[in-house]
Order: sequence, then C-alpha cells, then structure tokens
Amino acid sequence: MLRYTIHRALLMIPTLLGVAVLVFVLLRLMPGDIVEMRFLLEGGQVSPETLAAERARLGLDKEIWWQFYDWMTGIFVGDFGISMWTGRPVIGEIATRLELSMQVAIMATVLATMLALPLGTIAALYKDSWIDRLIQVFAIAGLAVPSFWLGMLIILGLLLNFNWIPPLTFTPIYEDPAKNLSQLIWPALAVGYRYMAVAARMTRSTILEVLQEDYIRTARAKGLYERLVVGRHAMRNAMLPVITVIGLEFAFLIGGLVVTEQVFNLNGIGKLFVDTVTRADYTMVQALVMLVAVFFILINFAVDLLYAVFDPRIRYN
Amino acid sequence: MSIVESRMDARPELSSRAGTTPALLEVENLHVHFVTSRGVVRAVEGISYTVNRGETVAIVGESGCGKSVSSLAIMQLLAKPAGRIVHGRILLEGRNLLDLTDEEMRKVRGRDISMIFQEPMSSLNPVLPIGLQIMEPLFIHLGMNEEEARARAVELLELVGITDAKRRLDQYPHQFSGGMRQRVMIAIALACNPKLIIADEPTTALDVTIQAQILELMKELSRRLGIALVLITHNLGIVARYADRVNVMYAANFIEKGTADEIFLKPAHPYTIGLMRSVPRLDEPRGRRLETIEGLPPDLLAPPVGCRFAPRCPHRIEKCARPIVLRDVGGGHLTACHRADEVVAGKLVTAPPPAPPRIVQPQAHVAPLLEVDRLRKYFHVKIAGGGLFSSETATIRAVEDLSLSIAPGETLGLVGESGCGKTTVGRLVLKLEEATAGAIRFNGIDITHRSLRGMRELRRRIQVIFQDPYSSLNPRMTVGEIIGEPLWVYRIVANATRRKERITELLNQVGLFPYMAERYPHELSGGQRQRVGIARALALEPNFIVCDEPVSALDVSIQGQIMNLLEDLQARLGLTYLFIAHDLAVVRHISDRVAVMYLGRLMELADRDELYRTPLHPYTRALLDAAPIPDPRVERARAPRALRGEIPSPLTPPSGCVFHTRCPLADDFCRREIPLVRELQPGHYVACHKA
Repeated sequence: MLRYTIHRALLMIPTLLGVAVLVFVLLRLMPGDIVEMRFLLEGGQVSPETLAAERARLGLDKEIWWQFYDWMTGIFVGDFGISMWTGRPVIGEIATRLELSMQVAIMATVLATMLALPLGTIAALYKDSWIDRLIQVFAIAGLAVPSFWLGMLIILGLLLNFNWIPPLTFTPIYEDPAKNLSQLIWPALAVGYRYMAVAARMTRSTILEVLQEDYIRTARAKGLYERLVVGRHAMRNAMLPVITVIGLEFAFLIGGLVVTEQVFNLNGIGKLFVDTVTRADYTMVQALVMLVAVFFILINFAVDLLYAVFDPRIRYN
Repeated sequence: MSIVESRMDARPELSSRAGTTPALLEVENLHVHFVTSRGVVRAVEGISYTVNRGETVAIVGESGCGKSVSSLAIMQLLAKPAGRIVHGRILLEGRNLLDLTDEEMRKVRGRDISMIFQEPMSSLNPVLPIGLQIMEPLFIHLGMNEEEARARAVELLELVGITDAKRRLDQYPHQFSGGMRQRVMIAIALACNPKLIIADEPTTALDVTIQAQILELMKELSRRLGIALVLITHNLGIVARYADRVNVMYAANFIEKGTADEIFLKPAHPYTIGLMRSVPRLDEPRGRRLETIEGLPPDLLAPPVGCRFAPRCPHRIEKCARPIVLRDVGGGHLTACHRADEVVAGKLVTAPPPAPPRIVQPQAHVAPLLEVDRLRKYFHVKIAGGGLFSSETATIRAVEDLSLSIAPGETLGLVGESGCGKTTVGRLVLKLEEATAGAIRFNGIDITHRSLRGMRELRRRIQVIFQDPYSSLNPRMTVGEIIGEPLWVYRIVANATRRKERITELLNQVGLFPYMAERYPHELSGGQRQRVGIARALALEPNFIVCDEPVSALDVSIQGQIMNLLEDLQARLGLTYLFIAHDLAVVRHISDRVAVMYLGRLMELADRDELYRTPLHPYTRALLDAAPIPDPRVERARAPRALRGEIPSPLTPPSGCVFHTRCPLADDFCRREIPLVRELQPGHYVACHKA
C-alpha cells in the first residue's frame, strides 16, 4: 500500500506539470493582459511607456519561458508569487477563501451522503412503489433546479419568514460556530440538494443492479434476514460507483460554486476565480488552477483507496 | 373448460414409491406464472414429484423448460413481483411451505433446504471473505458463536476437500478457482445439515475433470450424510451417473417420469428419445448421424393446445392435438404421450437420413491444407505491484511447441479443458494473434508473419465460427447485413440484387428462411443465431473454417442440429475444419482425428476411433473417464476415477511433464524431463514417458 501511495504521488508530478504548462500558455494566448485591463478601467490616456514600465514591474516583459521558469522555481520553494492585481501573496489570498469553500463543500457532502444513501436504498428496495416514485421526483427536482436559483428561494424564504439576510462578512467556525453554521448551512443545502440527487439516483440504480446478482440469491437461499442481505451483501458491492460520484462532486464543489457564492454573498474560491480571470491576474489564476488540479488528483486517489477498502479484489501492492 | 383448468383438475399422482415412510419433499400440482409486459408466462404448469430421504432425483430439460423456476419456487426465491406460485402444494415432511409466513420460510431456507447454483463465479459475494459466507447460516439458524462457527466452517471446508482450511477462511472468492468456489458453495449448503439440497446445474460452468470431482463429492456426501438431492441439469450423462429417479421436463410440464433405468433403457416419450439420440455418445461407434429434434420449444406465452411436443414430434397424429396427462406405462413409469404404448413397444422408430457423401475424402498422403510447426505463443502480463518504471512481466505460455497438420477435407478436433490453449491455437491460425515462434503454413504458404494486407486474400479462404452466438453477432445489424458484409468488403458480388440473391442462398444453405435477412439477432433463437454465424463464415466460400466451441452454448437438441449442419456442409462443400471444443463426445462425433491439449502442450494426437479406443496418455484417459455417458448400465460398470487436483496456473507451469501434478503414473523422471511427442503407432502421437 505504501509503495502504491508513493507510486501515485510520483505520478502526480507529470500530471501537474502538464496542467501548469497548459494554463500558463492558455492564459497568455488570451487577448489583453492585466496591465491593459487595469489602465482601461482607469479610463485615462496612458502612454506606451507607462504600460511598458508596468509590464516590466510585473515581469511580463520577459521571454515566456523565463516567466514559466520563474513561476516553477517559485512553486518548488513554496512561493506561488504575488497577485498582480492586489499585490498581496497569492497563498494568503487563497487561504482565507479556501477555508470557506472547503467548509461548504464538506458540509454539502456530508448532508448529501447522509440523505442519498438511505433514500437511494429505500427507493431501490421499494422499486415502483409510491415511496420510490416520491424519492425519484424529489431527486429529479434536485437535478432540474439550478442551485443558485434554489439559493435565491432559500434567501427569499428566510427573509420573508425570519427577516434574515446573509451576513456580509465571513465568520470562521473556530470564532463563532453558531454564527458560522447559520451562515454556511444555507449555501451547503443549496448545492447539496443537487449533489444528493445525483448520489441518490446512483445509489438506487447500483443497488437495483446488485440485487439482481447471483450472490444475492445465494444470500437469500441461506436464509439470511433481508436486512443482512441488503446491508451486508448488497450495500458493500453497490458502494463503488456511488463513491466515485461523491468524490467527483466534492472536487467540483471546491472551485465550481461561482454563482451560488454570489447569491449568498460569500467570498469563496469560485468568486475569486471569476474575479481573477476577468482581471487577467496571471499568477492568481495559475495558482487557483493548480489548486483545483491538486484537489482533483487527491480526491481521486482517496476514492481509489476507498475502492480497495470496499472491494478485496482491488489491492494496491 | 380451458386447458389450464383441466390440467389443474388432473389429480396429482402420488408417486411415493418408497413404501411406508412419508416422503421428504412432495411437490403437488405446482403452477408458477410470470407476469411480463407481453403477457403471463406459464413457466411451470402442474408438476408433481416426490423426493425421499437420501435419494437423488433429477429434473432434466432444456433451457426455458421451467426446471430452474420450479426449484426456485420450492425455495420461494422467485423474482418478485413477476414470479408467482398460483397453485399447488409443496410439502416438506408434510408441512406445506406455501402456507408459511415469510419469516417461517426464511427459517427453512439454508436450514432444511439448501441450494447450489450454476455459476460458481458469481454465486459467492466477491467482497466478503468466504469464511463469513459459510458462517452466516450457522449464526442465523444454529445460533452459534464466532468460535463455534469458525470451527464448523473449517470442518466443512475439509469435508468438501479444501486443504489448509483455517487460512483459507479469510480469503475472498477471487482467490479460489471455479471448482474450488463450487466446493465452497457446497460447504455453505451443507453448513446446517439440511435434509434436502437442490443443485441447479451445479457443474455446467466447470471443466469435465472438475465436474466429475464435484459430482462425486456431492454424491458421496449425500450418501454419507443422508441428504436428499434434487439435481437439475440438461446433461443426460450426469443424470445417468448420479440420479435414482428422473423427471423429464418439456415446456413447463413433466413429460416423463421414472427410475433412471426406465428412462434411459425404456424411454416412453418421443422427446426423451430425441433428447438422448441428439447427444453424441462417447461409447458409440462413429458414422451415425445425430438424430435431431427439429424446430424449437413452444413459446410459453401461447403454448400449443394438446401435447406440447406434438409440433416437433416425428410421430404426431391427430389425437396429439388433445390434452394429455401423465399415465402409467408399467411399474410407476409415467409418460405423457398419446402413443405411449406404441413407443414402449418399440413400434415407433425413426432413422435419421444418412449423411451425404463427402466430396473431398481426407487423405493422409496428400499435402496438408494447414500445417502448424512447433508453434509457440507467449503472453506477457504485467505483474501487479511493479514499480512506476519497472516492467516486471510474467510469461504465460499459452501454446508451447505445438505441431499439427490438417489434410484437405478433414476435421481435426482440438480438445482440452479451459486454459489449455486450444482457443489461442485457433486465434493464431486465424492470425488474430501473432505467433511468438514456430510456423503456420496454409496451402504450403508460410503465413506466420504475414502482414494484415498480405492476409487479406487468405482471409477469404480461412473463416471462423465463434462459440457464443449471443455476443458474436452485432446486435445493431440485421442478419442480411451481417451475412452480406463480407461480400461487400471483398467486392465479391457485382451489385445489390446479386448480393441479395447470395444472402438468400446462404440462408437456405444453413437451414434458415430468406425472410430472416430482415431480422435482428435478438429476434432469433440461439441455434438460429449460430446458423447465421455459419452463413457469415460461408459467405466468402472458404475452404478452411476454425470452429471455436460452436455448439457449447446451445441446448442439446439444437446442438445436434448444428453438428449435422456442419457435417453436411463439409460433405457438400469439401470444407476443412479445425474443431475446437471441450466436450469429448462432440469432438469424437465430428472429427476425423483428435488432438488433446493440456497447459499449452499437445498430449496426444490420433485417429478418432484409435484415440477413444486405446488412449495412451493418462490425461486422455482421465478426460474419457470423467465424461459421463448417458446410460446407467454403462455408468454403473465404470469405476469413479475422478482426476485429482486442479489445472495449474499457466504462469507457473509444472516442471518436466506439465501433467505430472495430476497424473496417477508420474514419477521423479516425469517431474524432471519434458516428454517429447512420439509417434508410437502410425499416426498416433503421444507426449508421455510412460506410454
């Protein structure tokens, strides 16, 4: 297992390098750079000299491979650079937002999983009954309703009933858990609903499939209680695809909550992403993309390890 | 009154012939329906049978006849909600199982009645250790604690012949071979000392030597522990060897019942007779054409009124359109045939039409059409757990030093158990695999290293028929497109009209109807699909066809039809076959010469009759011993000599003679030295030191 982990960790290097080259080149292929963006906003007449000076200050006048080299060597010593827009270290800018996004993602995952597994299982066990149909409708609604719109409905509801609006500032959980939770539970619900719907439907279909397997018939022929047949024999086999879905959704939540964050007035990774891309803040975008890539790889790795826990046929050694 | 009702009124015959002791299991007038979108399928219609303590009762029939459904009904494991028991009684020691609540029935399953299923590969839960799977019924039915259950599980594994049982309890199913898994299934079935075990095709998925081991084990255990056995199978040979009493099932009903001797020696129903004649037998001389049952079993959505076998019966008369129930033809031997008396008296006999003469008689002295010379094929597989940049591989020697030749017009049978490399040989000859070493010559031309382009012309001459007619035809192409594709690819026909004519011609040639060109494969039965596969192979007018297990996925009555077709085509078109199969009787029936393979090597090669009459290699002898013959007299006379052990992994083949680990004759020399293939008698080649 250790050997496999090292193997996987080493494999991350070429993958991340590929991501780095790609994002670096693509950013520079986009028309306009940060200097133009900034002065354009100020609206004044700017002389080419000023632009050139600004570019030189940001290091954009160097050859592209030198820029890449600088960036890479920086990363190796843990320096992701300074935001070209705010002038503050990229790491710091991301860290505060990551805390928020991570928390929403984790809460949404926990909520979704806790609901999806029982709902999906019940739907499968009572296939074609009214309870199955109810769960199916509930799940399909989750897929059909965009989470930002659900978010708006939640805010509207809270406003009308409790006269509550989302606070403007973020309170970390270690400062005031109650306040933190009351702020983040709503966005977690808004994105968790869709998430739950995907996972519940996957759970239902894999359990239905597994229940057709010969070993389920064997388990019944042994005279096992139905709850053992489902809980022990079916569930473990059905979990693999569900874990995959949950893992992918989780990774997506880290960077993909662009609109929902706007709705709830949250300053998370998604919002940062949009802001920095529109500003052509190269160092920031690069760091964010790398962060998301690392997350995807790590989560996939975790999923693969969970596979081995659930399925003895998969052993990484 | 409808047929169904009249059947239901028919008095269930109480065939308890055991005397005074009450029967263990009595099934009375059982009716099972499946509700489908197309209507109600009457899967079982009023079967009745009795199982006494300690005896083995067989239910024989082809796929779809309802034999499995009837056994699942006893366990009440029918697929819900479609499957329903609509009528009948199932008495276990006098208690009607159909009156029990779900919870009471659960207590019967695994405790009083256990079941063994067909597919050992999928019948065990892949993610749970086998120990737990054996122990589960012990916890639930016998209330054992962990320690007691473990001890019992070890005992059970030893009972079914699994060594090192303690350690193996913690292993998972994928760490066991197919035969070993079936042993585990038997251990599970035996766990709570049931009174009855229902075995549904327990050895169909296994190799013949392993099949013999498993059946011997089951028979021995049932005798020793006094457990009754219901054996559900399509294999008449198994029935002859192991069953005390036999029920023959056809289209949801029993059509004949009796002791094994009665059924095999004095069959009283044309279906039973047809079934037995359509199976090639190991102990019969060659030259006999297989008698087949024409047509297909009826659709159980709308079965024919009257005798259900009548549409396929060669002795059909007017009376056969009337309903029929089982009646006694002497001593409790029951049959459902209007002309039973005539059948029993031997007045109704059919002789199959003689085989057409071959236009090409295979001759030994002519130049061979196909020659395989010291052929080798190694597969390199990456060893799991190799480092990132390491390329540690293991070598599977799928084919090792194999030499064969096939004369024009000849059929060479290639026989062996799974993993012996027989399919790889076929793929090498077809050039679907590149040989590692050696040479393949077709018509004197070396094709071993021909490029794809170079093979194009030759592919017209070398064709293939695959095993699985279900997956080897593209489901999105019509039959006409499938058969016509090679014509189009090779631009053989001038235009669309000519192509259509040729497709019709081919369909006729394989016994299908021209209108079937418009059908899709899923609309055809297994046998019809295999005919389509044959037509496709014939489209290019090849002279050599590799037949890779062409009949092993088919029911016996259909199998006979396909084998006759292959023989006819050979005779009429002068074809040459490489016939790959695992079934010795099938190979014997169709081949001129037979080659036996084991772990990639040739063990023995001889003329068919010579090989079966005087096998020189102990492996050939073991294979012949293991194959059951559908005749209880013959079977009783044979000593049960199941080959011990399992086929070793081709990753680590044994040193010396690859067969020495299972050979009854092996000594140190065999373990050391690889035997060469020697010609002991003219045309009889053997690779054995002891031969």
